[in-house]
Amino acid sequence: MKISGAQMVMEALKLENVDTIFGYPGGSVLNLYDMLYDTNIRHILSRHEQGAAHAADGYARATGKPGVVLATSGPGATNLVTGIAAAYMDSIPMVFITGQVPIPLIGTDAFQEVDITGITLPITKHNFLVKDVRELPTIIKQAFYLATTGRCGPVLVDIPKDVQQAVADFHYPETVSIPGYNPTYKGHSGQVCKGAEAVACAKKPVIYAGGGVISSGACQELLQLAELCGIPVATTLMGLPAFPGNHPLSLGMLGMHGTYWANMAVSNADVILAVGARFDERVTGDADSFAAKAKIVHIDIDPAEIGKNVAADIPIVGDVNLVLKELLNKVKPCDTGAWLKKIAKWREDAPLSYSQDLDGEISPQFVIEKIYEVTQGKALIATEVGQHQMWTAQYYKFTRTRSLASSGGLGAMGYGFPASLGMQIGRPDELVFCIAGDGSFQMNSQELATAVEYNIPVKVAIINNQCLGMVRQLQQFFCKERYIAVDLQQVPDFAKMAEAYGALGLRVEKPADVVPAIEKAMAFSGPAVIDFRVMANTNVFPMVPPNGQINKMIKGEQQ
Amino acid sequence: MRYVLAVLVEDKPGVLVRVAGLFARRGYNIESLAVGKTVEPMVSRMTIEVEADEKILEQIIKQLYKLVNVLKVSNLTEEPSVDRELVLIKVSADVSNRAEIQQIVETFRAKIVDVALNSIVVEVTGNQEKLEAIIMLLSQYTILEVVRTGKIAILRGSKAIK
Amino acid sequence: MKMSGIQMVVESLRNELVDTIFCSPGGTPGDMVSYLSESDIRLVMYCHEQGASHAADGYARSTGKPGVVFCTSGLGLTSLVTGIATAYADSVPMVVFAGRGMSASSVYDAEVDMDISSITLPSTKHSIVVRSILDLPRSIREAFHLATTGRSGPVVLDLAFNAQTDTGIYRYPKNIDIRGYNPVYNSHQGQVSKAAKVLAKAKKPLIYAGGGIIYSGAHEELRQLAEKFNIPVTTTLMGLSGFPTEHPLALGMLGMHGTYWANMAVNEADVIIAAGARFDDRVTGRKSDFATKATIIHIDIDPAEIGKNICVDIPIVGDVKQVLLQLLQKTGPQDTQSWLSQINAWRSSAPMRYFQDPEGQICPQFVIEQIYEQTKGTALITTEVGQHQMWTAQFYKFNKYRSFMSSGGLGTMGYGFPASLGVQLGCPDDVVFCIAGDGSFQMNIRELATAVRYNLPVKVAVINNQHLGLVRQWQEMFFQSRYSSVVLQSAPDFVKLAEAYGALGLRAETPSEVIPVLQKALSAPGPVVIDFRVKAEENVLPMVPPNCSISEMVMTVE
Repeated sequence: MKISGAQMVMEALKLENVDTIFGYPGGSVLNLYDMLYDTNIRHILSRHEQGAAHAADGYARATGKPGVVLATSGPGATNLVTGIAAAYMDSIPMVFITGQVPIPLIGTDAFQEVDITGITLPITKHNFLVKDVRELPTIIKQAFYLATTGRCGPVLVDIPKDVQQAVADFHYPETVSIPGYNPTYKGHSGQVCKGAEAVACAKKPVIYAGGGVISSGACQELLQLAELCGIPVATTLMGLPAFPGNHPLSLGMLGMHGTYWANMAVSNADVILAVGARFDERVTGDADSFAAKAKIVHIDIDPAEIGKNVAADIPIVGDVNLVLKELLNKVKPCDTGAWLKKIAKWREDAPLSYSQDLDGEISPQFVIEKIYEVTQGKALIATEVGQHQMWTAQYYKFTRTRSLASSGGLGAMGYGFPASLGMQIGRPDELVFCIAGDGSFQMNSQELATAVEYNIPVKVAIINNQCLGMVRQLQQFFCKERYIAVDLQQVPDFAKMAEAYGALGLRVEKPADVVPAIEKAMAFSGPAVIDFRVMANTNVFPMVPPNGQINKMIKGEQQ
Repeated sequence: MRYVLAVLVEDKPGVLVRVAGLFARRGYNIESLAVGKTVEPMVSRMTIEVEADEKILEQIIKQLYKLVNVLKVSNLTEEPSVDRELVLIKVSADVSNRAEIQQIVETFRAKIVDVALNSIVVEVTGNQEKLEAIIMLLSQYTILEVVRTGKIAILRGSKAIK
Repeated sequence: MKMSGIQMVVESLRNELVDTIFCSPGGTPGDMVSYLSESDIRLVMYCHEQGASHAADGYARSTGKPGVVFCTSGLGLTSLVTGIATAYADSVPMVVFAGRGMSASSVYDAEVDMDISSITLPSTKHSIVVRSILDLPRSIREAFHLATTGRSGPVVLDLAFNAQTDTGIYRYPKNIDIRGYNPVYNSHQGQVSKAAKVLAKAKKPLIYAGGGIIYSGAHEELRQLAEKFNIPVTTTLMGLSGFPTEHPLALGMLGMHGTYWANMAVNEADVIIAAGARFDDRVTGRKSDFATKATIIHIDIDPAEIGKNICVDIPIVGDVKQVLLQLLQKTGPQDTQSWLSQINAWRSSAPMRYFQDPEGQICPQFVIEQIYEQTKGTALITTEVGQHQMWTAQFYKFNKYRSFMSSGGLGTMGYGFPASLGVQLGCPDDVVFCIAGDGSFQMNIRELATAVRYNLPVKVAVINNQHLGLVRQWQEMFFQSRYSSVVLQSAPDFVKLAEAYGALGLRAETPSEVIPVLQKALSAPGPVVIDFRVKAEENVLPMVPPNCSISEMVMTVE
């Protein structure tokens, strides 16, 4: 039976078990939207394409399923760019479908024409411009396959309007063969043995776990390995939910704003097992001095990550889950008691701390700790980018996989709120919190309308210090306190704003009101925004100065 | 129809990306592309072979000119010009048929540049027809590999593209 | 004198007479500010890069000066893509400074190790990567030169970290010679004479004027030419405000939602002068049926536009203003009276109209007409993209040069409101209106914070039909009213939202409230948002459906 290109897309989405897509209609996707009308696929209409992209990203992070976005040509497509880049930097499986002007008009600067495949070349795993409707089924199949296998990432499919309208036979391929794409899943057994030997000989081992643990579904294996061998685990920002934050072997986050003891442990370790992590400079600081005493075992599915930033002694290319399973067969329990004691000492030396005067202004860390306590660490958390993001990493103890969505690689301000909507849509029975800064929340606050329209009961906690706190902090430290373009003043009134959208708006100015407000928001059945007016000049500590060595941290204000 | 363009460009990083991006974006078809330095410092010359009709060709030339790093575009198709392409062909060959191949090679004024036990490498320079012809003839033996440089072209006579 | 790269940037901005910089949070280096504070240059911070870029674009369109944007090279650029592409599609002069480590948050940008600057390649006039301080002053000069000359457009300057922090001798080149860039200003005399000859014999001549009229400052010459030879003028969307709408020779806009008589005139004309226009598909409809009876003279500064979309008979590459001046010296058509009467007959047979029931719901067209009445046509207007944009083109009379700012080529929803903030910065003494739809206003609504922070007294008229109206109209007309994802069920209460930002919020729900509310907004000293609750299912008519000819124009939808 012959069907139209637009119909093929919908059939393919059904066959890929897509139940929800995020998008915004426009001239060149009208045929797709018309076919969508006849399907059971749920469409979430955002208020800006960037919101749709981040929401689908949050959906993907929370569920492990690919996020699917539909947008029109021209501005619709360009509005996705930040969302695509954010997903690309954090290896999130996503499929973006964009409309394009009809093929005869391509290259003529037609209305709402942009070269979106050219634009997204550096920020997609792959992209396609569909020139023939007969290729469409194969291309969609390949798009989903590429997005969700190997190192995951965003894939974009650009479909001209006349291709959407053209008809052809529809055969959805069952298998995919892409000659230039063959990810390695099984680790090389010789390398795995070497890795196991290194772990067995270690006196001071540390596991450094990244987002790859989560995307390969290896959290259970990681926990087993850590417990079996008594190895402490430090995670990256992306890896936070990969290992329970309240586990005795957890060191919390390492790197620029990591814990002192995690950084000391890494700096003094003799073996580092890097699992699904990429030695980002936010983690390593000065790369040459990073873990200088350690033999580095690096497990990653992407061979290009091995040796990219830091030389690995024992590289193992493969799926983290499979490699950890093999390692578990080969390693034996070790005695790391002395090493753990040493780490405990570092922890005592410089614990994470802040002060909260109960009659004074609210400390931002206090808010986050209370969210953790009230939700008992069971909430799904999305963050924006900035100080609140680091405090969340420090003070919220993540205990479940896929419970955090945060733009780690790109650091996209405006990511968190729409992402939290996607998380909630993907996991409707969970409690979802978005922890935001006042600057970054404003970046996509228009999606409040989306939250209200679909009654997505996300709770937004705005850590409102009336400035761009992280930028202010950096200016304080590195620009001789010349503050510029950081003062946001009291605009807008977030509680009133929430009400204008039909959401619950709360404002908290006293420490004693923090917990009641959190409870009130949680009891409310719809979306809620809490404006926590916090101390303006709090800094995130500890901190490794940019490009500094991670064992030389600034521990607090006094230094 | 197939056209041959000589494009002088500034030798700056990213120029190739700009030219290739332009062709991709506007849906023009490149048949072959060869790039090399010229005698003038900081200027490179691209020879681009395109498949287009006249109207598209006109657009290609105009759009190329819009790229700030493109200095000059000349259409060599209608002008008296010499065009050449170099091809390396690896043919499976042993004692039994080496002489036959040698004969073909000589007829085409090609060269054998590598001989191994079971294979030889033939280097041949020429225009399109000549290259197609020798490849066709050699394909009666097993061709293991073919590498082509893409066409380059120059005007006849004293007129130069600068 | 030796100075740092950042200092050179500020010095160069002064040399280029830049008075306003548009940036997003963290978009400029901490260092730069102390140098800025010693200059007259003002730094305006927006909530989002997209807002900053559209604002710079609005500033440029309203003042004719290039808009200057600062951002960081990673995340900053990805969020600027829409703004840059919008400017590129409409040939708006803009210079974007982007750089790794550009901001005070530099340490955070450094981690972005992707090749980000190439994402802007397809939608910029040019981009320059500055790797050494030695190249910095010249590169900045080049960027401004490229952005503002020839066919203007956005240029991205990507500054490497050391180009900002190293020090060197500063010498700013006055003149610049870019070998591969030589726009043609003076047109070919033979072509102009040919055009004049054809024009002299014309019985049914027509001028089809585009945005090029505005960019080359040719509005006076256009008016003189039209008046001297009695040639009627139709404009594109971009050409609105290039020729006074209330002029007797004005036919209004042509194309998909153009006037019936303008489209009929194109259809019947024997000579068409296309001046600074590019035969976009929204104008021509089905190309093979466009202006089949006419000899077409095409004047444009960009040779690549000639013959791109449509074959023309007499191409003239050059600056529109110069060419029009030359045509003014030549002879023109002798008598166009019967042609003008014919056009008037078309005009009276199918005038632009709508029906406003005084007791009924507000008609969107009525709001726009009243904005025109209340501002006496002196306001500077920006629009978003959608039905309200087309109604503005149809019902607001643009008599003032550079008074209409709208995303024509890219059709960017979310353009209008931030653009209006840039317009107001560039033209502080003018009344600035943003005419918006409820869908598109929401796209960059966050910039209300910017409006309030800098007290920019822009008036936003939200034509609120609770729908993505234009998409709904297409679904009604071409998809049997199968409405899919066009109902904006939960819009914010725009009045309360304005108040949450500290702006004035007003609402009109009945026709009689429209005028008082507009007057109240006009007398308010700060930013105002007016929520006009209008009829939901009103259509923009007439309409030439996509890829149809003018004879297939739809006048009413039953």
